[in-house]
Amino acid sequence: MMPHGKPNGLAVVGTRPIRPDGVEKVTGRATFGADFSLPGMLVGKVKRSPHAHARILAIHVEQARALPGVRAVITAADLPEIPSEESFVGEGPINFRDLSRNCLARDKVLYEGHAVAAVAATTDAVADAALELIEVAYEPLPHVIDVEAAMAPEAPLLHDDLFTQGVEPAPTQPSNVAKRIQFTLGDVGAGFRAAETIVERRYTTQPVHQAYIEPHACVASVGADGQCHLWCSSQGQFMVRAYCAKLLGMGIANIRVTPAEIGGGFGGKTLVYLEPLAAALAKRSGRPVKMVMTREEVFRVTGPTSGGVVEVKLGATRDGKIMAAQAVLKYQAGAFAGSPVQPGCMAAFAMYDLPNVSITGYDVVCNRPKVAAYRAPGAPIASFAVESCMDELARALALDPLALRGKNAARDGTRTAYGQVHRDIGYVDTLAAAKKHAHYAAPLGPRQGRGVASGFWFNVGGESSAEVHINEDGSAVVVSGNPDIGGSRASLAMMAAEVLGIPMERVRPIVGDTSSIGYSFLTGGSRVTFATGMAVVQAAEEVVAELKRRAAMILDVSPDAIEWKEGAAVPTDAYLGKFEPLSLAALALKAGRTGGPISAKASINAQGAGPGFGTHLCDVEVDPETGKVRIVRYTAVQDVGRAIHPSYVEGQLQGGVAQGIGWALNEEYVYDRQGRLENPGFLDYRVPVASDLPMIDTVLVEVPNPRHPFGVRGVGEVPIVPPMAAIANAIYDAIGVRMTDLPMSPPKILAALSGATK
Amino acid sequence: MARVILTGEAGRRFAGGTTEIQVEADTIRRLLIELDRRFPGLGKQIEEGMALAIDGEIYQDAYFVPLRPESEIYLIPRIAGG
Repeated sequence: MMPHGKPNGLAVVGTRPIRPDGVEKVTGRATFGADFSLPGMLVGKVKRSPHAHARILAIHVEQARALPGVRAVITAADLPEIPSEESFVGEGPINFRDLSRNCLARDKVLYEGHAVAAVAATTDAVADAALELIEVAYEPLPHVIDVEAAMAPEAPLLHDDLFTQGVEPAPTQPSNVAKRIQFTLGDVGAGFRAAETIVERRYTTQPVHQAYIEPHACVASVGADGQCHLWCSSQGQFMVRAYCAKLLGMGIANIRVTPAEIGGGFGGKTLVYLEPLAAALAKRSGRPVKMVMTREEVFRVTGPTSGGVVEVKLGATRDGKIMAAQAVLKYQAGAFAGSPVQPGCMAAFAMYDLPNVSITGYDVVCNRPKVAAYRAPGAPIASFAVESCMDELARALALDPLALRGKNAARDGTRTAYGQVHRDIGYVDTLAAAKKHAHYAAPLGPRQGRGVASGFWFNVGGESSAEVHINEDGSAVVVSGNPDIGGSRASLAMMAAEVLGIPMERVRPIVGDTSSIGYSFLTGGSRVTFATGMAVVQAAEEVVAELKRRAAMILDVSPDAIEWKEGAAVPTDAYLGKFEPLSLAALALKAGRTGGPISAKASINAQGAGPGFGTHLCDVEVDPETGKVRIVRYTAVQDVGRAIHPSYVEGQLQGGVAQGIGWALNEEYVYDRQGRLENPGFLDYRVPVASDLPMIDTVLVEVPNPRHPFGVRGVGEVPIVPPMAAIANAIYDAIGVRMTDLPMSPPKILAALSGATK
Repeated sequence: MARVILTGEAGRRFAGGTTEIQVEADTIRRLLIELDRRFPGLGKQIEEGMALAIDGEIYQDAYFVPLRPESEIYLIPRIAGG
């Protein structure tokens, strides 16, 4: 375990400078998606389905088109018909046909709020009136909301051409089960036979929204030459460009996307909803078009993460060695296939060194919005079940829950059920740090309980581009291709500053548009500080090499006589040459005379993202009169590789925990009998507010990732994985009732208490 | 020769249930070509939707990563995040 704080020999990495985007944000000057305007801009709005499931018989747009002030109306008929084609442009596999039909429905609407037409008009009021004038003839169809109801043989079918993949023989009848996934390791039957204690339980979770504060927004402009420029809030300008090109049948070079500041994404802004429509409307009208979702639209039509049913069975010897683990996961995908059940299956037992494992997953469509990524997609659902079951096993064996985890913890060399062998991981370090934390031994009050849970996420690398430019005064600009959703501008600037040997405040980090920086995979998977950071370091190292070359020319010494230290060229050895240090500023001033501007760029496909592990401690207090659960104390311990900017890393942990607390205690979608969402707003969709939360303590365990120059591993996904189980386990500790159905809201707690006392 | 373990859907769909093969290849690119030659469609499937876990490290979209004769390679689903 590395000591927390500035690592030896580093001047910038590990410190806590002021964030470069802070002043703009706190003074309201930052330009978010909805802040951008162009002259002559029209207002774009979407006509949406009132039905959860219906066949579209006809769409009549003539009256809307004739309304004065309306400049364009489009339906799916105005977009190219996209053939079925799977790709991996964003956060997970996507079928372009499905994405197109999610943006504008063809033939059928598959959930309440599904877009059927879009208008562009001169004012808000005219756009609203135009929507009213669009007549859609529907044939309502039976709908299905619940995952297991959707799997039933008699369930209403969403897609006539959906045949379950992954089963033998291949089915001849369509169903709502898009895919069956199976991972096995060893012989799970033999493992259970060797076990002396078996715990088996079924858990359910509800879909939850990422609840980013900024609704989706974009502006599109298409010139007479067909060149399209989009300004939008997303997790990837290159992802928006690729999706729009595909959905609109345009060439990539004809689309330029400028990323706006982003008001939260958490995975939810890795799809397009409005952008292709705005571009199509702009092309048709010849005017720029702005589209901004309402909060209600965000809830009704954008992707939450899945809800799911997870059945877990664990078998162990009396001394706590787990001999077999089994799980069946059923995840809602929403209207189109593609739930995160696959990573859910993979993450379920990835924290443990188990000889025998069987995991089966089902990806199931239903009449809800298509799910989108949400921090550690799929893992929190699986881990709520597995980590709750681990708690039950620890109690059945009368073992300390951290000790049970430690006894079975994955270590270097552990083989997972999906095949990977862990390397350079810090799970046991998080367990040790949690055990020795004062929180773990602190006394509890009446009606209070303590829970423990761990979490895992893979983390990814991928394609990233970065440029480093030296300004005339010796300051620097770092350009990257990734929207900053979690502090990446700060971390990239800090890594560049570290390599260049200058203060971070002398480095200005910029997010480039798709025409001004090389391709970069989107911001997600906790990859930017790792992968784009690696590109920045490479570019900065190239700049340093050039600075040394220029210094050698000026000083008339061999390049071998120079080393780069604290932002200056200094002699390596008196025998090779003796000279006063030549600073970066001095070299920058002479750049023109020594060969021209000093810049470097790096475009890489980063591999070797080290996985992340966390262990959380949670104390709750349960009010038996109201059923309310109060989080009394919370400590999140995580192996973060190396914290480039520890405050940001702590913020990532705290944010993940806050969202996990909402997932655990309150957040859920409430549908009426017609499949219409009844709580599409923050008044009724209850995310935690500041008064619901204690100070969330963090412990940054630093087990450096050897594949990154500074030891970075992703940190943003892991902290949302453990909270649901940690809270459920704490509730059990407080009141002796096992909560297996999220959210653990006051009515459910009261019902459980009532059931327990009968 | 590198040992390739074909677990899950890819093995069932493209390799007729074969779970493990030996492949002579010194880079991922050559491995994919060889896999596609033996099991038509598998190389494309890996390129478009899968990752490779090679000796404990996950690689996605990386043609020219060297393989050792004793490398152990698992085909795994591609990973992203939120």
